[in-house]
Parts: sequence; C-alpha cells; structure tokens
Amino acid sequence: MRVTFTANGKPVEADDVWEGESLLYVLRERVGLPGSKNACEQGECGSCTVYLDDVPVCSCLVAAGQVQDREVRTVEGLADESGLDPVQQAFIDAGAVQCGFCTPGLLVQTHDLLEREPQPSDTDIREALSGNLCRCTGYEKIMDAVRLASARKCQKVGTSE
Amino acid sequence: MEFLRPATWDEALAAKAEFPTALPISGGTDVMVEMNFDVHRPSAILDLNRITELRQWEITDGVVRLGASVPYARIINELSEPLPGLALAAHTVGSPQIRNRGGVGGNLGGASPAGDAHPALLAAGRDVFVEVASAARGTRLIAIDDFYVGVKRNSMEKDELILRVHIPVADGPQQFSKIGTRNAMVIAVCAFGFALHPKNGTVGTGIGSAAPTPRRAVAAEEFLQGVLAERGLWESGDLLGAEVIQQFGELVKAAASPIDDVRGTADYRRHSLAVMARRTLTWTWNDYSKQIRSAA
Repeated sequence: MRVTFTANGKPVEADDVWEGESLLYVLRERVGLPGSKNACEQGECGSCTVYLDDVPVCSCLVAAGQVQDREVRTVEGLADESGLDPVQQAFIDAGAVQCGFCTPGLLVQTHDLLEREPQPSDTDIREALSGNLCRCTGYEKIMDAVRLASARKCQKVGTSE
Repeated sequence: MEFLRPATWDEALAAKAEFPTALPISGGTDVMVEMNFDVHRPSAILDLNRITELRQWEITDGVVRLGASVPYARIINELSEPLPGLALAAHTVGSPQIRNRGGVGGNLGGASPAGDAHPALLAAGRDVFVEVASAARGTRLIAIDDFYVGVKRNSMEKDELILRVHIPVADGPQQFSKIGTRNAMVIAVCAFGFALHPKNGTVGTGIGSAAPTPRRAVAAEEFLQGVLAERGLWESGDLLGAEVIQQFGELVKAAASPIDDVRGTADYRRHSLAVMARRTLTWTWNDYSKQIRSAA
C-alpha cells in the first residue's frame, strides 16, 4: 500500500508498504530518516521515539497505515537552519552521549518534557525518561544534560522578559 | 493482508462485519509487538485511529463514559478525580510513550490477566459495563463480571468492537497496587485494585495476574461489607482493627489461583496479594476516616 504523511514539515510518500509494517521501518528504510533507532521493536527501550501529531510515541508500535495524512517529527527535525536544538547542544555539552544508540529517543522525549515543563524536578525527569533505556548506563550524564537544557531554556525566558 | 481505515464508527462496524477476523488496532502497544515479532499474522488490520468517539469521554448521571481509545496519559491527567483507581492503574502502564498511545479498549480486547486496567475496573463496582456494538445487532452492555471468560478471552462476538466503558464516578477512596521488578516498563507479577463505595455500603476488589482471568475476591468483599455494616463503621469511620485487615488479606489471597511462571511463583503471588490487599484497605480506610472526621 501507499502511505503519505508529513515528516519534519515535508510531505513524504512511501510505496509498497506492507500492511503490518511499523512507522519506524518506513522512516528508516523507505523515506531516508534513519535517526530513530531500531533496538527492541516492542516499546520497551524508547530508542525509536518520535512525535506523532505533537505527542511522543514509540514509532515501532505505530502501524505505518496509521500515519496516513498525519504529522511526524523525528530527531532529524529537532535542529533548524540556526543550528542544533538546545536539548541536543546540552547532551553534547554534558557528555550525555556514549554509544549514542539511545540518544535520538532521549532527545525527542526530553524535548517534549521541556516543552510541557521547562523546569522539571529530578523526579519529573526520571519519570519522563523512564521509557528510554541506556545500556551504557550513562544516566547521570543524561540527567545532567536535561538539567542543563532546562537551565538554559529558563535563562532564555528570563532574559527575553 | 488488508489495512482497513474506517473514518466513522458505522464504517468500522461494517468493516468488522465484513472481515470478522480483522484485528482492531488503536494505540498499537500490544498489536504491533505481535506484528514485529511475527507472533500473529491477521488477515486484516482494522485501524480505529480516525474514529473520534473512541477518543472522547463524558460524565452523565454519575457515570463516566470512557472512549475505548482515550490514552492512559489522558486518564491520568483528566480523570483522576472521578476515576482514582483507574488513574492510579494507568500510571503504572509501561512508560510515558506507551501511556500516550494505549487505552482501556486494548486491555479489554486483549483480555490478558495481566492488563493493568482490569483490577481497577472490577474494583469500581458491579455497575461497570463494557459497551460493544456490531453492525447487525447494534449496541449491548456487558457487565464487567461477565466480560472475562478465559486466558486472553472475553465474551465479545467476532463482529463486535468496543466503543466505551461505563464506570460509576467514585464516591469513596480507591487504590491500586502492583508488583514488578521496577517502577516503569513492568508487566504485573500480580496486581490488586480496591475501592470503597460508601453510598451503597459495598467494597470492590480486583485481582490481576493471579488467575486465568482478572477476577474479584467475592468472599473478601462480603466479609468486609458485613463487618463495616455490623459495627456501624461506615457512619463512625472508626479503626478497622488488625484482625479485620488480616482476615481481608487472607480472603483475597484465597480467591487467587495463580501459576508459577517466568515472572514469579504462585506462592509469591499469593503472599504479595495478601500484602497488597492489607495495604490498599488500610490506605483507603484511613482516607475515608479522615473524610468522616473532617465532615463531623
């Protein structure tokens, strides 16, 4: 079947999609967006997290046919012409990237957390990231990165007022 | 394989009538795991994401009518006051990403004894109904006590779909407790839901993951209702006493018929059910006592 949707603001079209195929497979193998990672294929690890109509979901658990006419935003869509998203920059600056496989999902999930709650408590951060597994176990640096991104975001709000 | 994308509820029922073996998908948090691992290859997939009614809820005449696809995240954010037990259970489902997609309809359709919503639905009372419909016969309400019939089997017909669940608005404290290896991404080793219904002098229980189906602990409910009525505790809000709490835990334990499996042994499940029953009873009763005292 053919599936058409919007990916990172651009219309995309995927042909010969198998009816049982996941959005993750379509993104990685059919429309050239391999940023979302395929690790568990059962929603356990969060490495494939993308926005579906502004809600973060595991793209491995969305059937390709379900995204027809809908909007998807992947890790590739976080940065813009002006550069990396502040969340991405904070992950680099805090050294929160080890092997990097879990990073795309963590970036999208953190991006959503800070959109909803710019100044989260540590408990809020841990809960928001509870569905994103890092097998390098670099969680402390990841916590640092989220706190750094939050601090920068709040600072920005403070100076613009 | 067919991929069916009905735009309306009537179209969905017509599609299910035409393809009775079609597998309904909404949040996909169960269905897609089976697809990805090739556990199950249905003749057709019936996508319910376009059907607005499934994502809505309303409260009329003291009853929440909860659309089958309202995601757990919205149950937590929007319904924790009228449905405290279900909201607590929803908070233990998977992870934030899973809670953004999954809803009660999937738990009911899958009818796994480990579904987190089931103990909360059972505990919410005997007036909980699953509203299902078919193109041929229209809508019918299935009482929650008649819904679960076997391991991963419910009492629905092949041409039926779940529209919503009717759950009375809570009139007393409710609790939910679940055993797992960590706080997130956990399938229940076993779970327990408990609710006080002061208006009609009843209590509700729900056991998860410790029998072939979710089930209530009927003898435990009757024992506690008897004690509360005989001693006038609904009116006084006085202490229950250790013996009552202990006996309630033992009766809940006796109501389970668990098995040994990879997640835990039958003995461990029985033991932890007694513990969860005592705890949830104590928590809810203490909350209720405070309400009575502050009203006095």
